Amino acid sequence: MRRILSVLMENEPGALSRVVGLFSQRGYNIESLNVAPTTDHTLSRLTLTTTGDDLKIEQITKHLNKLVDVVKVVDLTEGAHVERDTLLVKVRAIGAQRDEVKRTTDIFRGHIIDVGPMTYIVQLTGPVDKLDSFLTALGETEVLEVVRSGVAGMSRGEKVLSV
Amino acid sequence: MEQLSGGEMIVRALEDEGVEYIFGYPGGAALHIYDAIFKANSVPHILVRHEQAATHAADGYARATGKPGVVLVTSGPGATNAITGIATAYMDSIPMVVISGQVQSHLIGEDAFQETDMVGISRPIVKHSFLVQRTEDIPSILKKAFFIATTGRPGPVVVDVPKDLTHPEHKFDYEYPESVQMRSYQPSVKGHSGQVRKAARLLLNAKRPVIYAGGGVIQGEGCDLLTDLARRLNYPVTNTLMGLGAYPATDKQFLGMLGMHGFYEANMAMHHSDVILAVGARFDDRVTNTVSKFCPGAKIIHIDVDPASIAKIVPVDVPIVGPVTTVLNDLNAQIDQQLASTDRTLPDATALDEWWRQIDSWRDAHGLWHGRRYGESDHIMPQDAITALYNATNGEAYVTSDVGQHQMFAAQYYKFDYPRRWINSGGLGTMGFGLPAAMGIKLALPEAEVACVTGEGSIQMNIQELSTCAQYDVPVKIVSLRNNYLGMVKQWQDMQYDSRYSESHYASSLPDFVKLAESYGHVGMLIEKKEDLEPAMKEAFALKDRLVFMDIFVEPHEHVYPMHVAPSGAMKDMWLSKTERT
Ligand SMILES: Cc1ncc(C[n+]2csc(CCOP(=O)(O)OP(=O)(O)O)c2C)c(N)n1
Ligand SMILES: [Mg+2]
Repeated sequence: MRRILSVLMENEPGALSRVVGLFSQRGYNIESLNVAPTTDHTLSRLTLTTTGDDLKIEQITKHLNKLVDVVKVVDLTEGAHVERDTLLVKVRAIGAQRDEVKRTTDIFRGHIIDVGPMTYIVQLTGPVDKLDSFLTALGETEVLEVVRSGVAGMSRGEKVLSV
Repeated sequence: MEQLSGGEMIVRALEDEGVEYIFGYPGGAALHIYDAIFKANSVPHILVRHEQAATHAADGYARATGKPGVVLVTSGPGATNAITGIATAYMDSIPMVVISGQVQSHLIGEDAFQETDMVGISRPIVKHSFLVQRTEDIPSILKKAFFIATTGRPGPVVVDVPKDLTHPEHKFDYEYPESVQMRSYQPSVKGHSGQVRKAARLLLNAKRPVIYAGGGVIQGEGCDLLTDLARRLNYPVTNTLMGLGAYPATDKQFLGMLGMHGFYEANMAMHHSDVILAVGARFDDRVTNTVSKFCPGAKIIHIDVDPASIAKIVPVDVPIVGPVTTVLNDLNAQIDQQLASTDRTLPDATALDEWWRQIDSWRDAHGLWHGRRYGESDHIMPQDAITALYNATNGEAYVTSDVGQHQMFAAQYYKFDYPRRWINSGGLGTMGFGLPAAMGIKLALPEAEVACVTGEGSIQMNIQELSTCAQYDVPVKIVSLRNNYLGMVKQWQDMQYDSRYSESHYASSLPDFVKLAESYGHVGMLIEKKEDLEPAMKEAFALKDRLVFMDIFVEPHEHVYPMHVAPSGAMKDMWLSKTERT
């Protein structure tokens, strides 16, 4: 099962490598990883998507908690939550494709953020499956380059991840 | 406030921590620190002959005393040489602080002379690590390092210090913090009371109970509490390789060690039990044999200070996270309460009687009461050498070991009645551990008898420490069981590779260990004849102030039994000799 783990950790050098190292050392897989500072400059927040049964996720959570730099870990997928991934995709946009891509982008509520003589860059934000469907919907269009930010997520409602 | 350089701060912090010994080896990046050690002349430094030995010595010191071991090495090769010892300590949860010199801050990342990314290279084998970035941070970082190393589930902590931050002319305020608060590190202090209640109920209702105690009981100082609990319930106890001494080996409730080379009755009792109380043990693959066949009828209570140890290998019915002492105290209290309030008829005396009768019949058949469980030969039997050691030391020595057959024979035949006396690399299985570890113990406890049980293979992995022992007068006794093979490797080759001895044989090239010991100024003894064994051993231990190297020729073709049948056997599936199996 796919899980989204949200981790608050000390903004210390080496903290990220400990988290990433833990996953490779213990053979856990990382599907996506997103790290950035928070409003509290002593902390950074990391969102990680992984897959595994309950036992595996329990072990991952325990091992993350054991890392001395890790302050808190929550499994967002345990409750109601929102998640967003951002996709930038550069496509070949010539002839009929120029309109076709624009149309598909509009349907998915994306934006064309760079227009070149032969290319577009499309930006799209949403849950992972929406971005995946967009890529499928591009159909015949030639995709030149894809980059995704990795999932960021939060619990819905009153629940807050903070120290 | 006092002004100190970074180098001076390190020495002062070690003093403030009450450190008795630094085990180390100097080099460029650590020279400011070494100069500070020289000038302060406060904490004794033991100059080893290889950094690996510094870590094992500090580790032995820590295992015997319960206090953290301290290591100081230089950058690059000094740091990498320490890695095996750090990994050894990590696997066995031993408190240790390793201070490594690093190249100057501005050179980091430039592949400078003797630069290695120590924090990176040690990451998977440390509990935590620090790269010091400002001299002013040294006191608080060292305070945290000792705090982290010694609390919760103990482990090694690396503090990497760039040379410029220890410069003698750059002085800063020094104040050693009284205490530490870390929002991201708060080890559990108490077990969940609901779980403790459940555990007590399950335990009291057991019909075929076993207490399975590991190294965590020793590390957590829970041996007396565990022994009380076992005795009042009259439940059988087995110890892991790391837990030997947690419950007295000569007690009638003791089943011996369990696991791959565990005692027949211990493995049988585990397999047939209905309730297992696991305390400070981690269901290692050397214990469980095939996990899917592990103790099919047992409900498991697991007490451990590390939540990640629980349910890592086998599902657990009653997990309790907490320090062994508080949890066992609570468990004892719960048992009192449940006995008082509900049933005085628990535990079921008839069932327990029957269980003991079953255990005794296992003991009679192949186990501890079976008399001699191994054959005879013209050579000294390795098992007899361990018994001679036991007799010569009244069972009271601190015994370190290396890794191999000799280690298993020592674990099986030296009956450890006290905790912290059996000191071996259980988790990593590091050959070369024994001698430096013995050195660390003897320095910590000069009055104690310290013996290193080793093999002619293992001893050569850190034999240079004979020189350190000469320099600091460390009269340990080396009991080297010479079978002329990498014996444990040979045993596997006998059992699984039709006795093709691929690279496990070197008899023609072994040194004369007696002369070798003598060349360092120690005493060497060659012991070949059976009739010489006991008297020679007594003679060696009578030489109180000398290091004695006993080169004991033992039967080369002996195997260690019992041995789990693998792959795909259960705990009860064992080879009992070269020809018999369960
Ligand atoms: C550093 C290291 N290298 C390799 C091994 C694998 N190994 C385990 S036991 C053993 C043989 C040890 O030989 P010896 O010290 O003579 O002991 P014996 O088994 O003969 O008693 C070897 C090579 C190990 N445990 N540690
Ligand atoms: Mg040997």
